[in-house]
Amino acid sequence: MRSTRLKSPGQLLETGAVPAAAQHGAAADVPGDSLAALAAQHGLKPSAERPRLGLYLRELARRWNFIMGFATARNIAMYTEAKLGQLWQILAPLLNAGVYFLIFGLLIKGVSRGVPDYLVFLVTGVFVFSFTQRTFISTSKVITDSLPLIRALQFPRASLPLAYVMIELQQMLLSLVVLFGLVLARGEPLTWNWLLVIPATLLLIMFNAGIGLFAARTGARVNDFAQLLPFLMRTWLYVSGVIYSVQQVVVQHAQNYGWATTLLQLNPAAIYITLFRNSLLASQRASAFGAQPYNAANCYAWAGTGKPAGVSTKAWDTATKAVSNGTPHGHSLSQYGSAYCHPTFVSTHLWQLGAGWAVVALLLGFWFFWRKEVNYGRG
Amino acid sequence: MAVADPQSTEPTVVVDDLHVVYRVYGAGGDRGTAATALFRIVGRKRRPSIREVHAIRGLSFVAYRGDAVGIIGRNGAGKSTLLRAIAGLLPPERGAVYTMCEASLLGVNAALLEDLTGERNVVLGCLAMGMTKREIKDKFQHIVDFSGVGEFIHLPMKTYSSGMGSRLRFAIAAAKSHEILLIDEALATGDAEFRVKSHARIDELRRQAGTVFLVAHDLEEVEDTCNRVIWLEQGTIVEQGEDVIGIIDRYIDASGGEKVTRDPVTRKRISAPEPATA
Repeated sequence: MRSTRLKSPGQLLETGAVPAAAQHGAAADVPGDSLAALAAQHGLKPSAERPRLGLYLRELARRWNFIMGFATARNIAMYTEAKLGQLWQILAPLLNAGVYFLIFGLLIKGVSRGVPDYLVFLVTGVFVFSFTQRTFISTSKVITDSLPLIRALQFPRASLPLAYVMIELQQMLLSLVVLFGLVLARGEPLTWNWLLVIPATLLLIMFNAGIGLFAARTGARVNDFAQLLPFLMRTWLYVSGVIYSVQQVVVQHAQNYGWATTLLQLNPAAIYITLFRNSLLASQRASAFGAQPYNAANCYAWAGTGKPAGVSTKAWDTATKAVSNGTPHGHSLSQYGSAYCHPTFVSTHLWQLGAGWAVVALLLGFWFFWRKEVNYGRG
Repeated sequence: MAVADPQSTEPTVVVDDLHVVYRVYGAGGDRGTAATALFRIVGRKRRPSIREVHAIRGLSFVAYRGDAVGIIGRNGAGKSTLLRAIAGLLPPERGAVYTMCEASLLGVNAALLEDLTGERNVVLGCLAMGMTKREIKDKFQHIVDFSGVGEFIHLPMKTYSSGMGSRLRFAIAAAKSHEILLIDEALATGDAEFRVKSHARIDELRRQAGTVFLVAHDLEEVEDTCNRVIWLEQGTIVEQGEDVIGIIDRYIDASGGEKVTRDPVTRKRISAPEPATA
């Protein structure tokens, strides 16, 4: 047969029976060395090679406009089929918060116990947590969703999960506007503390970008991840103190399960939710651990535990009565009693821990995603 | 052959003993019930539904600056897989593909963002390729004119016919000068006028010292556009070289296609219209 064939893997083109036409062709005149040597000699790089981290970051920075444009376009496309259109961006979080309030604020009274101004406490938690939750779920599908785009054009793939984080951020910012209105309507004072929402949001964006990159790679590689995710997210929701006060659980179980209560407080979602609550709500600042001088009777009576050792019976009776009667008015022990507890390591280092989580999540998530950069088009 | 550009001896793509293996999920096997899945996990058996498809079996070739390489072969011969491997989208099982720079793959299935208008797809596609907003502003009208989708540019891409979609995609990808451009059947759905335009653009890209790979079932298109051809069969090379017409004729013989009548001197197809770029 008149053809240029391969003898065996790694071997060069057979030169015996090459037709004259093919012989002067570019394909036939391979130098004597191996093809890899030829490639190296002309500075060719393996096509399925991961770009260096520095170069990758530079390329990613050049795609900033693409990330923002992609996010905006997706946001516009998301609700175009709905009659109410973009209004859903505000309606969805409101309805979400409404459902939780109906169940945990009105039907099941137990969880709202020990929390001042439960409605805004709950809504803040729901809005902050749903930013993380929605980011996690949407980025786990980003690679599969964008496969045609990935296969058509070369660009740093990390742009896609980051764009999805930006989509959810736009949603979050709208939720925050709703939240501000609600908080003001509930009679919360407008103070300088509100400005702390800005650094809290920045940290949360960093953290969510990190977990978004993590979810994007995991979702692209493991198809079972998408099935597991709803359960993971629900568990995370319930341990993050969105619905109930983590403080109460901490005091109740500090004696026997100290390590577990520390873990509960170290949970990044719980930390960010607390940062937002403390920034926006005066009632939360007033009821934070250590806001009042330590008083064991007041603290444990608020948490609803038995009488702790070293507290006089008289002091304990006074405290439990105050809790059940809802006194003193305006600052009742049943709601603000946590202020008399000892501050914990986490409650005094909220900002440091929030920043730590943000940096760690972003760096690890980015590194984790970048490691598999060349594999995302595989499908 | 359309253009006989002077070729340099600088290689742009080196494919060295490339093997590509696909792992296909859900390729049949068990009955797909929860019970069979459980038994499989308990019995520590490998998923029977994962099938390995050895799509490329040891290819080696070199392409140089200014080459337009046509890749021909039957369905399933591994043509599209080869392009994806060159683009770095499919990691090789063994061997390697070396390229001078990133290769851009332009495929017929590469819908960009279906829900968005053509306009937004143009802008986003250009941004993704790393163009600045200013460059996009300059080139936008040119891309739209080139694609010829006209008023449809304001409608979501899901409303496009397959021809319009691939024309727009080609126009977007061709807006930037790629040093290595891989075209997978992208031009097959275009109409006659668009083909003339796209051939001209491919020649232009070649002259800008790039390398173009073209997968097409339309052999006439390969004949018109390419100066080299690679004939694949079941993941291996049957024949390759610069004798485009000779290889195509032998391929037609082997695959039982309709014989082409050629002018004995120019070797051009007698019934075919004049290639526009000759």
